[in-house]
Amino acid sequence: MRYTLNYMVQHSKAAQLDAAFAALSDATRRGVLEQLGRADASITDLAERFDMTLTGMKKHVAVLEHAGLVATAKVGRVRTCTLGQRRLDEVTAWIDRYRQLWSARFDELDQVIEELKQK
Amino acid sequence: MKNDTTVERKSEREVVITRTFNAPARLVFEAWTKPELMRRWWVPKSSGLTLLSCEMDVRTGGTYRFVFRNPSGPEPMAFFGRYLEVSPHSRLVWTNEEGGDAGQVSTVTLEDRGDTTRMVLHELYPSGEAFDAAAGAYDGMPESFDQLDELLAG
Repeated sequence: MRYTLNYMVQHSKAAQLDAAFAALSDATRRGVLEQLGRADASITDLAERFDMTLTGMKKHVAVLEHAGLVATAKVGRVRTCTLGQRRLDEVTAWIDRYRQLWSARFDELDQVIEELKQK
Repeated sequence: MKNDTTVERKSEREVVITRTFNAPARLVFEAWTKPELMRRWWVPKSSGLTLLSCEMDVRTGGTYRFVFRNPSGPEPMAFFGRYLEVSPHSRLVWTNEEGGDAGQVSTVTLEDRGDTTRMVLHELYPSGEAFDAAAGAYDGMPESFDQLDELLAG
């Protein structure tokens, strides 16, 4: 059924999702998102929390920012990171719809298997 | 009680779905490989689709073809491909060719644990773009956000 609905997909949205999924494929970056879900933080704070160099953390934040998952703002000499909530919703909403399809299939498969077991 | 279905995006072009079934692998494999059984669960009632035909020649190199009717589309649509590997009760690999070169290769692995079977379904797309094009199709499905809650709850 995915192909019937495909026509509606806008290419730009697909590219955004691609960037977001790539950003989420890294454990540190997922950790950063969870952290920012609790409170805003500076890049220095994040580097310390994840035991990482400032340069390393800047790279991770840049990937998240490019994917729209994080927004940053510089106040004085400190760059503060916040969660880009809307885009994270889009990514996880996709996974959830995919899960719903398979979950619905497998719940019906359970019934088929129950009948096979009775034989 | 229903078992959980989990979905994990492993990379930009692959996704892994896991599920446990309360039956030995032999029965789960049977449900994946017999057309008369497959047609009872592959198109869930909630999808609104009707399965018109279901042909499966389940052997390495054999082909399959499912034809559906979508209430919102006048033309029936076909899903088809070829079995790359058929290993009874443990592994099934097939292609999805309805999307041309953009189709994924699907692998089902069954791990028999006596009274239960752990199933892993791995879907590998040829590229991240192909994955995203397929993923975009799910925009038409109903939404819920419990997966988001899980992620944010850590």
